[in-house]
Amino acid sequence: MARKHSADRRRFLRGAAVTGAAALVPDRVAAAAAQVPAGAPSPHAQRPTPAAVRETDPHVEVEPLTTDRPGGDFMVDVLKSLDLEYVASNPGSSFRGIHESIINYGNNRMPEFLTCCHEESAVAMAQGYFKAEGKPMAALVHGTVGLQHAAMAIYNAYCDRVPVYVLAGNTVDATMRRPGVEWAHSVQDAGVMVRDFLKWDDQPVSLPHFAESAVRAYKIAMTPPMMPVMLVIDSGIQEDPIAPDVASRLRVPKLTRPAPPQGEAGAVTEAARLLVNAQNPVIVADRTARTPAGIARLAELAETLQAPVIDQRGRMNFPSRHPLNQSDGGRQLIANADVVLGLELTDFWGTVSAFRDSLHRSSRSIVKPGTKLISITTVDLFVKSNFQDFQRYPEVDVAIAADAEATLPALTEACRKLVTDDRRRAFEERRRSLEQAHARAREASRSEAAYAWDASPISTARLAAEIWAQVRNDDWSLVSESGNTSGWVYRLWDFDKHYHHLGDAGGAGVGYGAPAAVGGALANKKHGRLSVNIQGDGDLLYAPGVLWTAAHHRIPLLTVMHNNRAYHQEVMHIQRMANRHNRGITRANIGTTIADPNVDFAKIAQGMGVHAEGPITNPNDLGPAIQRALVVVRRGEPALVDVVTQPR
Amino acid sequence: MRVAWFGRLVAVMGLTVVASIAAQTPSAKQTASSAPASNAETGHKLYTSIGCWQCHGYEGQGGAAGPRLAGRLAPFAVFSMYVRRPANQMPPYTEKVVSDTDLAHVYAFLQSRPAPPPVESIPLLQK
Repeated sequence: MARKHSADRRRFLRGAAVTGAAALVPDRVAAAAAQVPAGAPSPHAQRPTPAAVRETDPHVEVEPLTTDRPGGDFMVDVLKSLDLEYVASNPGSSFRGIHESIINYGNNRMPEFLTCCHEESAVAMAQGYFKAEGKPMAALVHGTVGLQHAAMAIYNAYCDRVPVYVLAGNTVDATMRRPGVEWAHSVQDAGVMVRDFLKWDDQPVSLPHFAESAVRAYKIAMTPPMMPVMLVIDSGIQEDPIAPDVASRLRVPKLTRPAPPQGEAGAVTEAARLLVNAQNPVIVADRTARTPAGIARLAELAETLQAPVIDQRGRMNFPSRHPLNQSDGGRQLIANADVVLGLELTDFWGTVSAFRDSLHRSSRSIVKPGTKLISITTVDLFVKSNFQDFQRYPEVDVAIAADAEATLPALTEACRKLVTDDRRRAFEERRRSLEQAHARAREASRSEAAYAWDASPISTARLAAEIWAQVRNDDWSLVSESGNTSGWVYRLWDFDKHYHHLGDAGGAGVGYGAPAAVGGALANKKHGRLSVNIQGDGDLLYAPGVLWTAAHHRIPLLTVMHNNRAYHQEVMHIQRMANRHNRGITRANIGTTIADPNVDFAKIAQGMGVHAEGPITNPNDLGPAIQRALVVVRRGEPALVDVVTQPR
Repeated sequence: MRVAWFGRLVAVMGLTVVASIAAQTPSAKQTASSAPASNAETGHKLYTSIGCWQCHGYEGQGGAAGPRLAGRLAPFAVFSMYVRRPANQMPPYTEKVVSDTDLAHVYAFLQSRPAPPPVESIPLLQK
């Protein structure tokens, strides 16, 4: 279907007069637009008036058929200025203009187009990429249906405080839409579909507007609390030639990223006073370490106080083998604490409370009366209403609305100033006790791992130990761990670098694991890191096409399936309901398991060009299979090992 | 979209409570005589069919959702009391859905779980 062009939108019809202002425009597109000779005849003089165009067939005689200066080119200039390495996308006609500009005008570099098989995969790849690389990836999604596909992944990123730079196609001008599908994929307000879990969105109506909003969106997304942003990009603005009068106004605004918000000095001093004077302080970290510096800063505070750290693992916050890492005994420590410091916690209330999922739901505080609770979190700076990821209201004693990583140096310094010799001696005693507890916990983990060591299905402890044995001498990165392996990797592996693990989905939306792993692995690729993904079976079945994306783009990634042949979380939920209702307790498998037939993940992967083997049921076969897969990964390609596992 | 909402909190709560009960109890050998007559093989089938494995693993090795039972069983009376009226996250298994006899079979299966190999004999656990 030929697209009709209105004279109103084809702004070149207004004339091609180039003013001296165009010389000030820094980008290549604007410069090209300004190359019309000053004395050249205006196209306007050769064409009918807009009214005449509307009343006659607009195809005939009046319409130029090509342009070498489409708006999408300038959009690419703007994206390049934002240092966006990649744009993950499933192709869609609502952004065909910028798609073509990216691959031709932009030479498919900065950003490079990543071919995805589902918009959910594209956004989740961007989420995983950010957590490994520290900068956003763009996700380019099709109008309406593409954005709907992307929605859950955007929500995960929102809950996970991860900036994803979403670009969504749309055709705003109703009179310009091709009949049929383009109408079905156009929308009056695209943002409304996902606005509740975006930090900011806009639908620019011009290229200058796009430039300003694009830079603004980046700045907003990257300011803690970081979250996804979205620009809806009109197909007309992408595809239409840049009119000379617009070209004269084109420039890429300067990006200045704000310093992250630090805690107010008085509140920080009060927090330090409580921590230094506490007999049993506990530090709890969730999405604390935004950057590698966050790990060092948290260690500095913990060592200043010789206080235990409980890592809730929303990020790689604290070395797993640091003697002050007491994550295994966390609940008991909190129950004994007189001060609890929560750093960017998703759920402070849940951290200090017990909740019973019984016929009559009940809850109770687990902390002692009088225990002081200190919160440092950017969540207090930005909360929305509709989606309830903000969790139950925590009644804290000191609430510091600030970025924890940015506030840690001031808090540590404030603590140091308050430490007396008496307190230092007490701290050293506490350190010795915690070192012993840490050693006991490590020993207990090894003992526990031995249970069911030779079992089939293979235990999750054995799974973790077998992988660790093969990757521990590499510069490794656990890019995703879905399906719940009972935390064995954290108990058995030695985590100490910021890319050693990348946290979880954020919103617990299943389907995150596989694409986030591919995104994380892409970021790790240029650093030469070995990326490892422990992959839940149910998670992979949401959008397995991301395996093809990994193969197509030569992304090295070891995927080891945690294939318990079920949506096991749901098996347990149905069992709970059946028990509670005193009937049919043998049928929790109905609607919750992935068996009969069993899924052959090796064949799926092979069909997408990925080296794969399995299913492996004998634990003694696992190590050699991982070794064979690693040969492939180390030469730069993805590989998958399907392992039939215990449920958790 | 499905949302997995059992949190780390829930898992740890269950572990803490049940493990503490286990820690207060004598060894499995001491308590075996107090259990009704039972059959481990029948218990194995029941352990699978009524869903015990879902949280405790096929070998009773435990995991994020339920503590290890192999090698540290409470006396049958305590075990039975807890299964009937669990104090924390475990779903209740009443007499209506699991008889005392069947529960004894499950108990026998758990008692029959072999001891794990010594940690020192597993090279992968020395890393």
